[in-house]
Amino acid sequence: MSYVMSGVLRPGQQYSSATGDQGVSYQRIKQAGVDTTHGAILYLEDIVVSFDGFKAINHLNLDISVGELRCIIGPNGAGKTTMMDVITGKTKPSSGSAFFGQTMDLTKMNEVEIAHAGIGRKFQRPTVFEQHSVFENLELAMKMDKCVVTTLFARLNSEQRDKIAVVLALIRLHDQGRRPAGLLSHGQKQWLEIGMLLIQEPQLILLDEPVAGMSDAETARTAELLNELRGKHSIMVVEHDMGFVTEIAQQGKVTVLHEGSVLAEGTMQQVQVDERVIEVYLGR
Amino acid sequence: MRHLFPRTTWFAILILAAVAALLPVLNLCFPDGHLLHISGYAMGIVAKFMCYALAALALDLVWGYTGILSLGHGVFFALGAYAHGMYLMRAIGHDGVYQSNLPDFMVFLDWKTYPWYWSMTDSFLYCMALVILVPGILAFIFGFFAFRSRIKGVYFSIITQAMTYAFMLLFFRNDTGFGGNNGFTDFKRLLGFSLTSPATKAVLFLITLFFLLGALVLCRWIVTSKLGRVLQGVRDSESRLMFIGYNPLWFKLFVWTLSAVLCSIAGALYVPQVGIINPSEMSPANSIEMVIWAAVGGRGTLLGPIIGAFTVNGLKSWFTAAFPDLWLYALGLLFILVTLFMQQGMLGVLGKFKKTKEAA
Repeated sequence: MSYVMSGVLRPGQQYSSATGDQGVSYQRIKQAGVDTTHGAILYLEDIVVSFDGFKAINHLNLDISVGELRCIIGPNGAGKTTMMDVITGKTKPSSGSAFFGQTMDLTKMNEVEIAHAGIGRKFQRPTVFEQHSVFENLELAMKMDKCVVTTLFARLNSEQRDKIAVVLALIRLHDQGRRPAGLLSHGQKQWLEIGMLLIQEPQLILLDEPVAGMSDAETARTAELLNELRGKHSIMVVEHDMGFVTEIAQQGKVTVLHEGSVLAEGTMQQVQVDERVIEVYLGR
Repeated sequence: MRHLFPRTTWFAILILAAVAALLPVLNLCFPDGHLLHISGYAMGIVAKFMCYALAALALDLVWGYTGILSLGHGVFFALGAYAHGMYLMRAIGHDGVYQSNLPDFMVFLDWKTYPWYWSMTDSFLYCMALVILVPGILAFIFGFFAFRSRIKGVYFSIITQAMTYAFMLLFFRNDTGFGGNNGFTDFKRLLGFSLTSPATKAVLFLITLFFLLGALVLCRWIVTSKLGRVLQGVRDSESRLMFIGYNPLWFKLFVWTLSAVLCSIAGALYVPQVGIINPSEMSPANSIEMVIWAAVGGRGTLLGPIIGAFTVNGLKSWFTAAFPDLWLYALGLLFILVTLFMQQGMLGVLGKFKKTKEAA
């Protein structure tokens, strides 16, 4: 196995943002439940999802190592979004098993439990709370007890405000905190959503087409952001934009999905020359 | 508490409240015919409107902030009124038409004793507990199953409508034991005080005002808290909320139940002052009217629905006197106009006017 444990943030370990604010950083809290002793954070085994007989996912096997940045590519209808739905509890598989760490069975958990366990998800279309300010969006997402009573009496302390400031800087929205999220540009909304994931301090981040609809400059900035996060979280990126995938995959593993199962796996260079991949996806 | 509203808004609220509080004083201190005398009739109308305003405020909490449109809040209003009405019926004692231990409608049905669910209703405190508990538990159970099944939007609205309709049919039956289509009326006294005396009316008026203000402050506190922002999150993007770890079920259930209880309190304040409660209060049209109050005033503002309740009911009082046949058409037209041209309601128009003035 070719993962590097040393790069992954440990309980209590901190990392500071690249854009200034060296003094402030946000802490990673150990996810008590996630047992990653075997080096993998996510195991999907023989997953089948069928909608009225149509198999959106067909005997899919996939595992993600701790600290890995994995890119998933594949043509439309390959089952990429459905796979994310399975991981986040939105869709229950017809058969197969999905484990988070060694012990957590994702097929038996609901969306909220999975979010608390440490899996954060960015949707294909940016979904932020448009009526709330950027700051409030991050406040809502911040990792803490999220039951009714504590939420009613919750007040931000200065440490939490600092955390929000760090994330704001990280996603390059530090001067936009008071702006309603609905007024942000498309790219900024995508970043805000990524920021909302980061402040939840997840172990595994799922990004569904993070650069869809972004300008070239925004795409480059997003690649930069993901490269900063590399190794600090386990990240799964589903993307169509080949340039972007090449940029962030580097020497890491890329998985090609086709018709609901894995067609090929390897570095970007390897899959790009794979005959089957060229046939279904890259080539004409 | 000072920070709940902007300073000018606080001023406006307190001045209006002071003016309202002055009404019963003017009613008591100046004799009939005096220039400054406020008639008991006028005071009764304002008291009734305050009850409606409280119901509209409760509705705004679920509709305006959480995006759950209830077309059945009338049932909570009526249940609160019935719960208090049970005590008021018991308090009539032997002064009914048949001078029996039992309320007139039970004598009429030839019942000899109270049914079991009337036991202990001679206690005022017990009935006040019922005002909170009955609609609260009903809303909790109804909400739990509806929200757990992720029933949303128009489907939820239709179910609430069906619920209030079902309760209306139930309460229309004489056998249900709540006076059938006549409901409860002919109340004499409350805690020993005559309901016809001006002093009792003045006190009830002030209590209603107090509850309306208290509920406004409570609701404002809730919607400006983090919980309030989560509620708006339910309205704007429920799936995002789930994926960042909030379970919408409990948040919806909290606000839904609270709203039902507030609405029930409005009903409980309504019944001694208006003097009658019958199942027509549960008719679907009444619940829809509540929605119109909130929409006209401006939903999602808390103050708007209060203003809307006063405006629409003021119009209604005038219309039903001047052109009794035309009221429903006017109400429908009003709703269409608000939906088409002022989706933020009266407060929204006011806000826009302010903005253009500032820009100029």
